[in-house]
Amino acid sequence: MNEPSSLFTAQLSGDAPEVAVTRHMLLRGLVAAPVLVLIASFIWGADGGASSAFGCALVMVNFALAAALISTTARISLALMMGAVLFGYLIRLGIIFAAVVLVRDMSWISLPALGCTIIVTHLGLLFWELRHVSASLAYPGLKPTSGGEASTSS
Amino acid sequence: MEALAKIVVKAAEAAADPAAAKNEAAAASAGFAYGLAAIGPGIGIGYIVGKAVEAMARQPEAAGMVRTTMFLGIAFTEALALIGFVVFILLKFA
Repeated sequence: MNEPSSLFTAQLSGDAPEVAVTRHMLLRGLVAAPVLVLIASFIWGADGGASSAFGCALVMVNFALAAALISTTARISLALMMGAVLFGYLIRLGIIFAAVVLVRDMSWISLPALGCTIIVTHLGLLFWELRHVSASLAYPGLKPTSGGEASTSS
Repeated sequence: MEALAKIVVKAAEAAADPAAAKNEAAAASAGFAYGLAAIGPGIGIGYIVGKAVEAMARQPEAAGMVRTTMFLGIAFTEALALIGFVVFILLKFA
């Protein structure tokens, strides 16, 4: 792994930071989802609430899949990780597309609620996590040390 | 020549039923826009991962930090594709 020429066989062992980051985001997502469902129910009615719950689940599954893909392939080789991230991006977009197309005609679906929830949940969870990670990088001494917290060290 | 003939046929059909032609054009445009919206994030993710792998190869002891920021960068870039997707479903299905 010290020489660029060994990139095809280089692999990363040890803890997978993206799994810790995703675990964090999923826990925060579980906290934020009821609030989002409540807001969507208030704006779009019961259909909006159900659609919002579906959107939250979709975003969290997307994050979990991305982290699982990166952590699994990084243990095999960095070159495989690069390929898996790119093709994983296409596959995950396809999964989201298929999930939305499958439910679009259901009686309980509200597409504006679903769309807004997907964007708000995705960006909201990311900014929430980014705040924690950037604080950890800027002030390593203040980095939380409990088991559930994300680690940014190698 | 054959393509030109097809365009002429389409134009004739559109003149006969403007509402259907409008719906067809909206669907085609939505699909086209979604495709365009997915290209940029694809390039961005490729660039992020390429640079992250380069950084990990140069400095393996910083791999944890690089992987964390890489993952967040990928997720932020992917948000662009998701926004494009949401616009697509709202145009196409709503």
